[in-house]
Amino acid sequence: MTSESNRLILWVPLGIAGIFILFFGYALFFGNANPQQQTIESRMVGQPVPEFALDPAVSNHPGLTSANLATGEPRLVNVFASWCLPCITEAPQLTALQQRGVSIDAIAIRDRPQDISNFLMRYGDPYQRIGADVDSRVQLAFGSSGVPETFVVDGEGVIRHQHIGEIRPEDVPVIMQALEDAR
Amino acid sequence: MIAETGLAALWLATALCALQLVFGIMAVRGRDDLAAAVRPVAVVQGLLAAISFLMLIWLFLRTDLSVELVVRNSHSEKPWLYKFAGAWGNHEGSMLLWVTVLSVAGSLVAFFERRLRENTLIATLAAQAAIGLGFYAFLLFASNPFARSTPAPEEGMGLNPLLQDPGLAFHPPTLYFGYVGLSVAFSFAVGALMTRDVGADFARAMRPWVLGSWIFLTLGITAGSYWAYYELGWGGWWFWDPVENASLMPWLAATALLHSVTVLATRDSLRAWTVMLAVVAFSMSMIGTFLVRSGILTSVHAFAVDPRRGSFILALLVLYIGGALLLYGLRVGTVREGKKFQAVSREGALVANNLLLTAILGIVLIGTLYPLFVETLTGEQLSVGPPYFNSTAGPLALILIAIMALGPLLRWRKDDWRDLINRISFPILFSALAFAGLMFFVSPIGILPTLGIVLAVGVGAASVAPLWKRNLRRTPMFTYGMVIAHLGIAVALAGMASESAFTEEVLVATTPGQEHEVGPYTVRFVGVDPVAGPNWTAIEGQLAVTRGDGEPFGLMPQARMFASPPTETNEAAIATSWDGQLYTVLGNSDAQGRWQLRLWWKPFVTLIWLGGGMIAFGGLLSLVGRVRRERRSALREAHG
Repeated sequence: MTSESNRLILWVPLGIAGIFILFFGYALFFGNANPQQQTIESRMVGQPVPEFALDPAVSNHPGLTSANLATGEPRLVNVFASWCLPCITEAPQLTALQQRGVSIDAIAIRDRPQDISNFLMRYGDPYQRIGADVDSRVQLAFGSSGVPETFVVDGEGVIRHQHIGEIRPEDVPVIMQALEDAR
Repeated sequence: MIAETGLAALWLATALCALQLVFGIMAVRGRDDLAAAVRPVAVVQGLLAAISFLMLIWLFLRTDLSVELVVRNSHSEKPWLYKFAGAWGNHEGSMLLWVTVLSVAGSLVAFFERRLRENTLIATLAAQAAIGLGFYAFLLFASNPFARSTPAPEEGMGLNPLLQDPGLAFHPPTLYFGYVGLSVAFSFAVGALMTRDVGADFARAMRPWVLGSWIFLTLGITAGSYWAYYELGWGGWWFWDPVENASLMPWLAATALLHSVTVLATRDSLRAWTVMLAVVAFSMSMIGTFLVRSGILTSVHAFAVDPRRGSFILALLVLYIGGALLLYGLRVGTVREGKKFQAVSREGALVANNLLLTAILGIVLIGTLYPLFVETLTGEQLSVGPPYFNSTAGPLALILIAIMALGPLLRWRKDDWRDLINRISFPILFSALAFAGLMFFVSPIGILPTLGIVLAVGVGAASVAPLWKRNLRRTPMFTYGMVIAHLGIAVALAGMASESAFTEEVLVATTPGQEHEVGPYTVRFVGVDPVAGPNWTAIEGQLAVTRGDGEPFGLMPQARMFASPPTETNEAAIATSWDGQLYTVLGNSDAQGRWQLRLWWKPFVTLIWLGGGMIAFGGLLSLVGRVRRERRSALREAHG
């Protein structure tokens, strides 16, 4: 190594620090500083569902792709997880919706097959298809910021309604109305 | 009057700090008549800062509602411990605490350090003053803790209830002591660069500060991890949350620095690298503070966020880090190369330690910044979670720990690897036995946990090996310190591996009278009761727990509601036994009157924090041992 390149190496740390500092400055002044942690309404309502293809989350249900959601009939996409306590609370309401003839698919967030099976066994299984979203990528593409959330998707695969949080008994008529409006 | 006294002391300290900087630089540049003034100025500056901070504590203890900061962060009905802790449980107070610790550390250096060359010491104090001055300006112009509120309201606005916990009283200050210790190490490095005095004496002067700061960082991270574990009610002990990473990065850098400074002090090698690490370690604590306080990252730890503060810290970052690296570029070429050593040697192992720690630091830094980077460039929001960190930093950490087992068994300068294998035959045997045990008697548990347990056993045995065949009474205290700290790493590793491999989790919606099995425990849900605390009300779950034929005992997890400000939190109820913890959390009730209950059996999870405590205790023994030896040799020089 020549002494010339030796001398250059001495300035590499300053260069790296400079890049970091420029980036921090940019993030601070032009970036979206002060992000808030709160539930955010999806900007996807009114838009077609994002393109995705999720593997089956459990062996006895098929996986879920965007093509499965444009079936000519409105349906529900329930974003849930076996580790999510409010998801237990909404399970009876989902079963009730299924018994009233609603088609429900699910996206399981950061979950394990065995845990999902136990969850479905214990709290009821209203789902047709369950896709495994191991890194929340599809959840974020839907514009969902937490679990549980439920989307009403119409016959053409367009998101029509977003329900944030668990579906309480008093929410069931609201969901039924949204499904009716999506026809 | 109290507030005015505090503010006056703060202004005076600022003035002395400016004086310390100017005199210091002039003295280093040849004005020898000013040199004598620098030490006394530094001592008085520290005293004034301490007075200012004591005044703030007094205001909080009295709940003086004519002071804005007290109004926003305290409440007359709060228990006194939280009034006390409230003094630094907010931005302004924590900054005053920071600057106070910084100045007091400066006074201690000025008062006690005698072995370092005088002009290097004065340059160090000047660097310390430059850091202090920035933070004083920050306090006085952007976050005055003593500002009055007119008119004074009837009542204060409380304290974030999540933070209303004994842990708060000690967790942030512990980390601050750690950060400030790194700033002293940084000042020593800058001072030594200014006077071209990078050598063993400089390393010996810096070492106690690195060790001390490392002890506090270790304690802070361990306590913070346990705090998140029982207070957040999620059952995890590390979340790779940006704020956790912000405290982990300085720790990684300090751990590397701690080992390289030992090489420099003992063998006079790794000169430029040690200086670089001192700069990096302090940079990491500044970057951590910046990321947390500016609000550009989202985290479970909610801090009051103000972009003006972010720009101030960024400006300080530019000044200090930019300045130090500029000086590094200019001067480090004149630092003579240190003593040589061979690859298989104590130094070689310590270099490997340094490289691995630096690599892990890089991984954590990139993972922490990546979401911010992507969001800034593309507007897309994403998060980097445990899968990334565990699969990248995890394997490197395991290699690092394996090398940690070998390092202390190697000789300085050069060694023979065949002798080494001889020395580690017993640890390898123990590891092999552990591996066989896991294979034959336990169901498969995944690669990383298996490696973790096997390694923990071997490293545990290897870390006490340096005491083998030694006269235990003549072994220096710092050797015991190293052995205990390394053993602590093995213990913590065993706890982590056991937790991730053997945890059992049960999630139920339960009704009174139902029984649930988890691990060795049977948990019967008795019912719920309302309870009231000093400033909260809660629904308390009554659980009757039995283990085998043992006596039943009660556990009472709570879902708490705080009134001011209105917030809900979960208080986990935990039963600790010698072989692990039963962790219980009460959730909400559903329409049918069932209660959500979450139960975890976590075998040997307590080893994680026991290990953390051992690491810090080992550090303390080393610190005391080193300081005593330095004192003794200083006395010998004085008399000889």
